[in-house]
Amino acid sequence: MLTILFDGVAYGMLLFILACGLTVTLGLMNFINLAHGAFAMAGGYVTVVMMNRYGISFYWCLPAAFVVTAIVGLVLERTLYQWLYRADHLDQVLFSIGLVFMAVAGADYFMGGQQQLINLPPELSGRMDVGGVGIGRYRLFTIVVCAILALVLQLILSKTRFGCRLRAAVDDRRVAMGLGINVPLVFALTFAFGSGLAGLGGAMGAEILGLDPNFPLKFMIYFLIVVSVGGTSTVSGPFLAAMLLGIADVAGKYYVPAIGPFVIYALMIIMLILRPDGLFSRGSGR
Amino acid sequence: MTMVQQEALVSRQSSDAAAEGRAVRLMKRRSRIRIYEIVIWLAAVAAYFLLPSKMLILTEIAILALFAVSLDLVLGFAGIVSLGHAAFFGVGAYAAGLLALHYTAEPVIGLFVAALVAGLLGFLTSFLILRGSDLTRLMTTLGIGLMMAEVANQMAWLTGGADGLSGFSLNPILGLFEFDLYGKTGYLYCLAVLFVGMMIMRRIAFSPFGLSLKAIKSNPMRAGMISVPARKRVVVVYTIAAMFAGIAGALLAQTTSFVSPDVLAFHRSADVLMVLTIGGTGYLYGGVFGAVLFTLVKDALSVVTPQYWMFWIGLILVVLVLIGRERLNRWAAYLPERLSGKEREQ
Repeated sequence: MLTILFDGVAYGMLLFILACGLTVTLGLMNFINLAHGAFAMAGGYVTVVMMNRYGISFYWCLPAAFVVTAIVGLVLERTLYQWLYRADHLDQVLFSIGLVFMAVAGADYFMGGQQQLINLPPELSGRMDVGGVGIGRYRLFTIVVCAILALVLQLILSKTRFGCRLRAAVDDRRVAMGLGINVPLVFALTFAFGSGLAGLGGAMGAEILGLDPNFPLKFMIYFLIVVSVGGTSTVSGPFLAAMLLGIADVAGKYYVPAIGPFVIYALMIIMLILRPDGLFSRGSGR
Repeated sequence: MTMVQQEALVSRQSSDAAAEGRAVRLMKRRSRIRIYEIVIWLAAVAAYFLLPSKMLILTEIAILALFAVSLDLVLGFAGIVSLGHAAFFGVGAYAAGLLALHYTAEPVIGLFVAALVAGLLGFLTSFLILRGSDLTRLMTTLGIGLMMAEVANQMAWLTGGADGLSGFSLNPILGLFEFDLYGKTGYLYCLAVLFVGMMIMRRIAFSPFGLSLKAIKSNPMRAGMISVPARKRVVVVYTIAAMFAGIAGALLAQTTSFVSPDVLAFHRSADVLMVLTIGGTGYLYGGVFGAVLFTLVKDALSVVTPQYWMFWIGLILVVLVLIGRERLNRWAAYLPERLSGKEREQ
């Protein structure tokens, strides 16, 4: 029971790290970026290539995955995304689906269609027993890293000047620009950071979520649920939503395997009926 | 009922008969048959005689066109971006397949049953898409699409799971026309269904009902203020679109005598969005134009790169969006009104 809860928390933490970049993109620019999963996949593949081809330590791969995907994100943002901020949602959806298709086929071409495996360092693999509860070491590691990241994110958003600008821009873009905040710059940096986080999440999740070319398609629905349940205005909203989704998904697949895959959809529908504007909406539905 | 309501509304609002006459003229003008429509249907029939070896791809085009036009009702008229329209297509396909396997092999009954089942699903899920913003709608439609795919996968005792449904054959259509090996009957059958479906959807789209949908699309609140019941209208149009998508799915199941889980796959929903992007939204025939172009491009690509055509489809999508849909469809503006699908304000 507790083991499942633990696994669910680890899963939810990963989902949060994967999706939180998307919440910012959505909240700040009202841009529906379905290609977010492609960045996560990129991070995962960076790790796989570095570890399996060049034998670099797993601990170095994680920051590398972050940096590489952040750079990719920045480049794409400056070259492609920025032209579509004012486009309507249909265009954004089509554009990002196009990117997803390209990423899926590209990953298939370069890396092959099989599941990618990574060999974790020995101190992270296996389970340990704490008070009768079996705890996967790697899951513990995931939880710790993600919790630290979530905390840091919260602090950046609430305490630093950059976070302040970001929040101002999310709340009202025009006024923020009027106050002399360079919103495009803030956004480019945030987009890069969010992509980097997705890459990091993809790298860490390669072990738990699996990694194959269909990754962006498989997890698109999870990201969308996290973002629309959690709302785009806070860090805590998506965090709780990701936790809820992670725990429900793991528990559902464990206790009722026959209907396990439907748990997230059931959750989605219940949420839609009870709180159509998200769990923590502030009334201003975008 | 809605027609009557709308007419009553129109007449109440325009106290003088002149305005009413103008409204009637406008509706007539909007709904009259344009020359390009006649050309399309003639070309479609001519293709039967001119391209006897291309029946299968023509059938594919006709089915995709019906599917795309049904999405246009939702997307181009009601303005709902759906990522899960394949749910209805797939449900229709499975309904037709199961009916042929277990009950009756009459194709036309299969179409009606498929429309009924898909319409029911559309009706039930339409209440979910009424809620929330564009983002929640994307999530909901995508979620419903994935959920149906998962259902088909899990209920292997009914749907055959990953192997799909096969082993059913169909009786001659209405007891008269037998399906042949080359797909000639299949093509004419699909074309006939497409034509009938198109005429019905055309009637819906260019009625006051269709006009009120466009009002809802551009501003739901204002539409509400001129007493357009936005929620009810969306439910109705979503259900109708689901029915036609189900019919398209049934056509695929009947002409191929096979239903694979692929009918519910996500890429099908994305494909049909792309079809509409190529052809243009909001005037129905965009689905037909788009289906022709899309199928030809996809066919050519899958010959060149059997495994990686998805990449090029993705690239085309990105480029299309970056160029801009308006710019792509601008050529139509240079045509005389009778030729083009554009509406001009009076």
